[in-house]
Amino acid sequence: MSKLVYLVPLFPLLGFLINGLGRKSLSKTMVGIVGSGAILASFIVSLCIFFDVKEHGATVVNLFSFIRTESFSIPFAFQVDQLSSVFLLIITGIGFLIHLYSSAYMHEEPNEHFGRFFAYLNLFVFSMLLLVLGANYVIMFIGWEGVGLCSYLLIGFWFKNDNYNYAAKKAFVMNRIGDLGFLLAVFWLLFKLGTVTYGDVFANVAQLSTFDITAITMLLFVGAMGKSAQLPLYTWLPDAMAGPTPVSALIHAATMVTAGIYMIARSNILYTLAPATQTVIAVVGLATAIFAATIALKQNDIKKVLAYSTVSQLGYMFLGLGVGAYTGAVFHVMTHAFFKALLFLGAGSVIHAMHHEQDIRKMGGLKKYMPVTHITFLLACLAIAGIPPFSGFFSKDEILMAAYGKNPLYYYIGLGGALMTAFYMFRLYTMTFLGNFRGTHEQQHHLHESPSAMTIPLIVLAILSVAGGWIGIPDVMIEHGHQLEHFLAPVFAESAKLAEHHHLEASTEYMFMGVSTVAIIIVIILAVNAYRKYQDNGAENTGLGKVLENKWYIDELYDAVIVNPLNALAGFLKNVVEKSGIDGVVNGVGRLVGYGSRQLRLLQSGQVGNYILVMVLAMVVFVLIWFNDQTIMDFLSKIF
Amino acid sequence: MPIQYYIYLCLALFSIGIIGVLTRRNAIVVFMCIELMLNAVNLLLVAFSKMHHGAALAIDSTTKAGIDGQLFVFFIMVVAAAEVSVGLAIIVMMYRNTHSVDINFLNRLKN
Repeated sequence: MSKLVYLVPLFPLLGFLINGLGRKSLSKTMVGIVGSGAILASFIVSLCIFFDVKEHGATVVNLFSFIRTESFSIPFAFQVDQLSSVFLLIITGIGFLIHLYSSAYMHEEPNEHFGRFFAYLNLFVFSMLLLVLGANYVIMFIGWEGVGLCSYLLIGFWFKNDNYNYAAKKAFVMNRIGDLGFLLAVFWLLFKLGTVTYGDVFANVAQLSTFDITAITMLLFVGAMGKSAQLPLYTWLPDAMAGPTPVSALIHAATMVTAGIYMIARSNILYTLAPATQTVIAVVGLATAIFAATIALKQNDIKKVLAYSTVSQLGYMFLGLGVGAYTGAVFHVMTHAFFKALLFLGAGSVIHAMHHEQDIRKMGGLKKYMPVTHITFLLACLAIAGIPPFSGFFSKDEILMAAYGKNPLYYYIGLGGALMTAFYMFRLYTMTFLGNFRGTHEQQHHLHESPSAMTIPLIVLAILSVAGGWIGIPDVMIEHGHQLEHFLAPVFAESAKLAEHHHLEASTEYMFMGVSTVAIIIVIILAVNAYRKYQDNGAENTGLGKVLENKWYIDELYDAVIVNPLNALAGFLKNVVEKSGIDGVVNGVGRLVGYGSRQLRLLQSGQVGNYILVMVLAMVVFVLIWFNDQTIMDFLSKIF
Repeated sequence: MPIQYYIYLCLALFSIGIIGVLTRRNAIVVFMCIELMLNAVNLLLVAFSKMHHGAALAIDSTTKAGIDGQLFVFFIMVVAAAEVSVGLAIIVMMYRNTHSVDINFLNRLKN
């Protein structure tokens, strides 16, 4: 069965080709069926592979030789193991639901753009599958660049709007900064070990010096920072909201941002051997989690709140990776994929009903108009806030417990972030669904529940958000309850051997769970109470609120420190170096040739005698040059 | 006869030809000077050929080395005759157009 793994990325690729080439001739129904069907087919194959891996363990499927030189060879091979099969299920499963949802959400687009949209989506999923399946860093890098490209195409999908194009460019450039780090790490590995295949790298990791490992892991982490939107390269992700809402769901939940987590989880042995990098990752992750959470507290755009919550949740995942809780991080990727996809699709449903209004100050009271969206959104909020027994509780708890084992300070700061998460999510929920409607009468008149192609994915995702955490119940609650950990154990076995184990007392663990749950519930009640009767009185935020609303002025800071000096330098190069330097040289050459030609023209006098004279002189010169030879001189001197 | 005499004669003829081409303006005279140069070179060819043949005979009395050069001269003379007819035809055409055979009138291509 594992031999058929190439089918998994093949289906989306075919879907991309069919929809991309036939976007002008295919009907919308046809495009929807091809686009969604391709992902569904991949999902079915992924399921088979998952059970196969569960039964028979991991394999590497060699497809063909990709790059071969004398000193190294890079095969085009797929890594089929526990980690990649879990990611395959997340990507194709959630990807399929998002495709299904898109077929209804994007229905107002003209035929051609509808086809283009699905072609991009399929290409996106294809790239992500390649990233996850590749058995070496080079194949991963192909997928890595592919998702970067597709995010650019999809964020700028409505390319007639300049702001959206700007957001797309920003995403691309930010990702490129990270990609450079990734690429350098790959070259470093190739230089030191002569191979980039996972199996060989991890087996020969002992040959690397501590400095090499630290440098390589740091560079890889720079790549992950770009792709997974960590400080300081996170600013593209909130701007990526410019794309259609299903794209946001796809980028934030199933693909793209999880790439960094996957890559570090995949390279877990390297990271376990580089404690310095681990500390950096934990600190950056924690800082991002808190920082993004504070921004989310004051955002008024429904998608922006979700975007910052994604950045914040990714921070938790990196915290997990940094403290060595690789399973916890992957677990959180999974549960986060469920509830974040649900939140985005729910938000899309709201935006759809509100006729592209995204400001939560103009919503409210949608509970009675959109019952399915309301219930599913509420479940997702409970899941992300970390209320037991919803899925987010288990994964977040696992990460925070591991963080406590490493350093209690991590735990307390992380818990603070979790409380903020609960607050801003329920602020969002309350302002959107509770209270009175604050939009226009016309909007109120048109409020409606979304079609079933949109609500069915919501319901499926809601079930997953509720129950998805039950495969990872901590061992203190149920013996061998953490099925995911047992499943993933072979991938992280080497790291687990090296890492020191902290086992908390069961009673301590229960106490932490209890305290955090109670605190979160209190925060939720506070948030609901504070915003239930919200009325937009037009008052400006002051002090810290204003700073938070403006996202700590980070974009302005980047503009001032990086963008503007770069623009100034570019302006200098354009106006001074280009105009007087390079243009001067080019024009000078032209003028020189022109001047020379005018002088040479004088030779053409029209007098045949002159021409002959020049000819004879030239012949004499040539004769003198050619006959300037000893033997001929001897011969001539013999004659004369 | 020593080869030097031939070379002196050829040099003299060739130089006369060059000086004639450079100094005279009458197209027919220029043409004749060109012929003079051609024949100077032709003469040199046959002289060297004969010298080469003589040197070879001294070693082997049956050799034919150098004979082909003397034959070749005849071909050159035939070709030169053909060339003369073409050249004279051009000069006739020139005279019809300009009523002169002065080569300085042939500067119309310049403008």
